[in-house]
Amino acid sequence: MIRLGVLLLALAATAPAAAETIAITGGRIVTMGPAGEIASGTLLIRDGRIAAVGADVAVPPDATRIDASGKVVTPGLVAAGTALGLIEVRMVAATDDRGTHKRDLSAAFDAGYGLNPDSLLVPVARLGGITRAIATPAYDDAPGRELLFAGQAAAVALAGRPMLMRRGVAMVLEMGEGGAERAGGARGAELVMLRALFAEVRDYKMRRTAYDRGETRDYTLSRADMEALIPVIEGRMPLLVTVNRASDIRDALAMARGEGVKLILEGVAEGWRIAGEIAAANVPVLVTPIENTPASFEALGATLANARRLADAGVLVAIEGNGNHREREMRYNAGNAVANGLDWRAGLAAITINPARIFGLADRVGSLEAGKDGDVVVWDGDPLDTLTRPVAVLIRGERQPMTSRATELRDRYLPAILAPIEGETP
Amino acid sequence: MIAAAAALAGCTASAPPPSPASSAPTVDHDPFPSSYRPPAARPVALVGATVLTATGEEIANGTLLMEGGRIAAVGAALPVPPGYRTIDARGKWITPGVIDAHSHLGAWSQPETVDAHNDVNELTDPNTAQVWVEHSVWPQDPGFDTAREAGVTTLMILPGSGNLFGGRSVTLKNVRSVTVQGMKFPGAPYGLKIACGENPKRVYGGRGRSPSTRMGNVAGYRKAWIDAADYARKWDAWEQGDRAGDPPKRDLQLETLAGVLRGEILVQNHCYRADEMANMIDIAHEFGFRIRTFHHASEAYKIAPLLVREDICVATWANWWGYKMEVFDAIEENAALIDAAGGCAIIHSDDPILIQRLNQEAAAALSAAWRAGIEISKAQAVRWFTANPAKALGIADKVGTLEPGKNADVVLWSADPFSIYARAEKVWIDGAIVFDRADPAYRRHSDFLIGQAGERR
Repeated sequence: MIRLGVLLLALAATAPAAAETIAITGGRIVTMGPAGEIASGTLLIRDGRIAAVGADVAVPPDATRIDASGKVVTPGLVAAGTALGLIEVRMVAATDDRGTHKRDLSAAFDAGYGLNPDSLLVPVARLGGITRAIATPAYDDAPGRELLFAGQAAAVALAGRPMLMRRGVAMVLEMGEGGAERAGGARGAELVMLRALFAEVRDYKMRRTAYDRGETRDYTLSRADMEALIPVIEGRMPLLVTVNRASDIRDALAMARGEGVKLILEGVAEGWRIAGEIAAANVPVLVTPIENTPASFEALGATLANARRLADAGVLVAIEGNGNHREREMRYNAGNAVANGLDWRAGLAAITINPARIFGLADRVGSLEAGKDGDVVVWDGDPLDTLTRPVAVLIRGERQPMTSRATELRDRYLPAILAPIEGETP
Repeated sequence: MIAAAAALAGCTASAPPPSPASSAPTVDHDPFPSSYRPPAARPVALVGATVLTATGEEIANGTLLMEGGRIAAVGAALPVPPGYRTIDARGKWITPGVIDAHSHLGAWSQPETVDAHNDVNELTDPNTAQVWVEHSVWPQDPGFDTAREAGVTTLMILPGSGNLFGGRSVTLKNVRSVTVQGMKFPGAPYGLKIACGENPKRVYGGRGRSPSTRMGNVAGYRKAWIDAADYARKWDAWEQGDRAGDPPKRDLQLETLAGVLRGEILVQNHCYRADEMANMIDIAHEFGFRIRTFHHASEAYKIAPLLVREDICVATWANWWGYKMEVFDAIEENAALIDAAGGCAIIHSDDPILIQRLNQEAAAALSAAWRAGIEISKAQAVRWFTANPAKALGIADKVGTLEPGKNADVVLWSADPFSIYARAEKVWIDGAIVFDRADPAYRRHSDFLIGQAGERR
């Protein structure tokens, strides 16, 4: 009944070596790039980068081979909206760096500082096939909801140095019910405040020298916050807006259009009701497709069909995990979207190339193409299925250990559980 | 005015004078009785499916016969008797109705961000054994609908975990009803919610009162059991003394605790850490009651042989961990390791989203077990969300498996329920269809959603 061989295999896994050549051979490669899907192909990685991918790639004699026969090879998954690197135990405040409640540090808060590459959440996410993540600020609401912006998100790698991949990939803002509360209790107040703040940032941008001399009027925001918002009003840094009600989504689209701000929408529970408008505005969305209950008055229209309907309308869709410690469920969320009508390939795109494109990382990750970073996952089946597990995870061309603190705990207690069954105890 | 007068009359003039024999109070142990009656249903035959019976069997090309609200027969390629409506189930899978051993639906209803909908924790005293969660349940919670659409036929609603003693649980059939009585599972025993660890000590420690520590928690449990034993003894003495003289005064809090001591109410214990579970077991021994289920029980795998020996079920997740210290050591294989040790493993939800995919959560635990070299079959793992929660709820004689004579609570899945792509296509409770994916009439019954934006989702 019970085999212990797998445990021994796990212990025998060797540490990854840098700067080696790795050939993943014989697998069904789903590149999510121009090469499409290769029924049985080879992926070559050299010095951390993808050197070649195709059906007829020659394997150099010095290459370390990973046999992927009968397996599925995909790009490493890219997780949007995570706390990876920012949190250890949610209810231990000292280990939670997702947000600040300092009033004069809102937009300037930068999740790219203070990242913890040793976080135990990282190996757990890796075992879910995740190789890159967007470390995303969250509001620290402990002393009351006052801050308008949660801060700036950062792209991170889940192995290798540095953990930080790219800083300032989005400015995080909540609209709808939460945003209204931050603005004093009404949606109309938040929209007016936003326009006023953006106007101040434009004003400040033209008068920096005068500001230094104290010759400008008083601004609402601190200097650091205004500096942080300049790339936003210039359309260089997207504004990532959490918003759910159809009318609130419309307001966000109108605000972005009026201000010349580049938008990413997150949450979007009722997005399906105005999917055509979101597509026409060319605004991408981050959704959690399993959230189908009317959890708030702004999500009354929540449905399992949301991701499919948005994708059908032509919206660029990325699918999120379940937050904090539960990012490994991201691929299950994509599988659930597929179960509810989303095309399988679109489901895989929603956790690989789409989030990479949305956050400006597609030059490095999100698909298997020559020149991109060697982020690859070899799966023992369909990557969207719960019964499937990764058998190899490579990040920046380095093979990762297939263990976490949780698997080590398992292996510590497993023998005592199995021993009575196998009669190995005296 | 008229109603008031009539009621007054009822109390005075119209009521028959009490006779001496009936003056002795009889404690009504079922004052809020179930009014659920299974609707009449035509006999149904599901033909050609893969059937997971939850008795350990996987039947290829299986036939399931339902008649009179019961399972009439299940087996490979059975002949269909006359009078049955036959449903072609080839390529599909059949399991017993999904049972969630840990839900707060109705007591913390959707929209859950609305404070008025949160009736789950009576946080006014660490011991609120006197409250009954059924009095918080709002049958219009849209979460019942989404759970039914995912194959959930039975669920236990628990009070929250902020108190040492949270109150009584209630077991419901997931049927449409305007009253909670219309959902109550006939004959299901009550449960008592007990909570270990961080929650009670945080809630009351934060108010500068006991418990503020885990040792304070344990002192609180023991004091309550001492009081309960005393109460039970006084009632026993009165009953055995031929009910002479004044009976002891009823106390709702102690009545529930005494019900546990008498074995009539099942202990449902929220407890994460292995060391705390061991303490709770010793308390149960000290006062002579049994713990039916440890809920969440993230560290159950550390004491699996003890839990098996004590015959205590473990209701847990696969994927949840790390949100607080006491769940830091949770592992995906927890349920599977309890199963491998010979114990009663349950995948539960505690959540209106997860309750819709207990099969997927079980699949995550199952594949994690396979990765660790533990071979568990799907025919066995299906018990984690059917037969084993039925045992934990004390209703295993009625539901949880597909066996002749059991209530016909059945899910027809579009595919292998351990696949992420499987969806419940049809759901029966007591042989009556309660969900049919092909028929919009079965979707979203809650009054709350009528006329709301996005209603036609």
